[in-house]
Amino acid sequence: MEKILQVDKLIKQFNGLKAVDELSFSVEKGEFFGLLGPNGAGKTTTIRMLYGFLPPTAGSLQVFGMDITNDWRRIKFRTGVCHQDNTLDPDLSVEQNLLVYAGYYSIPPKEARERSAELLEFFALTHKSKAKVMELSGGMARRLILARSLINRPELLILDEPTTGLDPQSRHQVWEKLEALKATGLTVLLTTHYMEEATRLCDRLVIVDHGKVLVEGSPQSLIDRHAGKNIVEIEGPDQALKDFVRANGIEHDDLDDRLILYVPEGQDFDNTIREQYCSDKCTYRSSTLEDVFLRLTGRELRE
Amino acid sequence: MIRLDVFSWRFLRVWRRNLVVYQKIWKVNFLTPLFEPLFYILAFGLGFSGLIGGVHYGAKELSYTAFIAPALIATAVMWNAFFETTYGSFVRMYYQKTFDGMLATPLSLEEIIVAEIFWSATKSVGAATIMLAVLGVLGFVALPSGLVLIPVALIGGLAFGAIGMFFTGVTPTIDMFNLPIFLFITPMFLFSGTFFPVSNLPGWVQPAALAFPLYHLAELSRRFSIGTSETAPIISLVYLILFFLFFTFLALAAMRRRLIQ
Repeated sequence: MEKILQVDKLIKQFNGLKAVDELSFSVEKGEFFGLLGPNGAGKTTTIRMLYGFLPPTAGSLQVFGMDITNDWRRIKFRTGVCHQDNTLDPDLSVEQNLLVYAGYYSIPPKEARERSAELLEFFALTHKSKAKVMELSGGMARRLILARSLINRPELLILDEPTTGLDPQSRHQVWEKLEALKATGLTVLLTTHYMEEATRLCDRLVIVDHGKVLVEGSPQSLIDRHAGKNIVEIEGPDQALKDFVRANGIEHDDLDDRLILYVPEGQDFDNTIREQYCSDKCTYRSSTLEDVFLRLTGRELRE
Repeated sequence: MIRLDVFSWRFLRVWRRNLVVYQKIWKVNFLTPLFEPLFYILAFGLGFSGLIGGVHYGAKELSYTAFIAPALIATAVMWNAFFETTYGSFVRMYYQKTFDGMLATPLSLEEIIVAEIFWSATKSVGAATIMLAVLGVLGFVALPSGLVLIPVALIGGLAFGAIGMFFTGVTPTIDMFNLPIFLFITPMFLFSGTFFPVSNLPGWVQPAALAFPLYHLAELSRRFSIGTSETAPIISLVYLILFFLFFTFLALAAMRRRLIQ
């Protein structure tokens, strides 16, 4: 498979602090790839290096087989970036945002008008094309940023928390659009704090923390590997239960006022626990990527 | 330190973005350079000239109104460019995150900054042209020699745009622009031979006035409007060009340090 993105032992240092510490991963053509991690894990720094905004301290960062330090302009011609912040131009109308942006890529005006009409149609914004950016709702603004990131028909789309702050309706609409783009074979790099989003969209992902990759794999394989098949959460466990779990070698996390048991596929949940310890304070559910994330990166607050 | 591949003609795309925005608001912006010289001419010319009489400048005796009229073009060039790359650029950079959006495209930070400086100079040229027309009709600017002021306004605008951009690169918050305005722009506005000849100042202050870019712009403005000046035009021209290049270099370094760690 053709490698679209190859990150190799990438290091970024700010005033002696390593924000990204020998980070390595690669993204293949047509892949929807997730870059997950808690705040301060080095995600945004990595993304900013990726679109040539920050120069790497050491290591190599290759996009389309070209080095970002030397070929940044050629790489940026073929890359689309959907920023985390609203970077739409409030001085311009919805349509002008696309047309002016097309200008930055030297797309001829006629072609730019065609593409912007297509994109506005695709993102259900045609009726707003003359509107001011300030008049858009959060969901519409986000769709416009997405539309803008596609104006140059990128071969790699970078999505930096594309649904943060959106209501559930808008989020699902964005997901549908992203799935449609995925179906066209577009290569996508996604960062998100929503594990549901990563599970739904990503073919493969890495979880990073302290600037390093912790694990890599498909969402399901990571869940299987690190969080079992099912989960039992027990509120206010007593010492007897904790002793029982330890004595029987059941995979678990002890959060003091809450006990989380991981039950692998094919293994029946221990009936002793069900009968003796679970009266009304047990929750049975399937394992999710969120369990994997919290197990690997810890539960304490960041920043 | 500065790489050459970060500069290309692509900066015109950013310049054009500012033009597109300006086309929406030009009808209001257009009125300032149209009416401002008229107000000044009325206030200073009619109100003041009775008190002052004539001004001796560059081996000529001038009416006070004739003396200040060309300087009004120079100050308009200064205000337009300086305000654009301070308040205007700061809002785009900091509040609107316009530069962040641009930096994801094939544009470099250097192209964006150079484009902002050129845009500010473009606004200066626009203002100077309108004022030239007004003052030409009123007979305060000799035509066609006064038309030379259009390219001169570009060079002056570049100089003031560049130093404004430098302040934008080093100013932490938008309120802090009061400082360079209070310490630099206001004294320059008053002491650059705009409202009285620099030769009227005590000898020890004169060199300071000669360091002001506005002094040289006002000199050039008088040279081409009324055919006389204190300083040779070539010196003023070279000074403004060097000022522009020096502060563009500083502005690029400051913005790079500010936006890209």
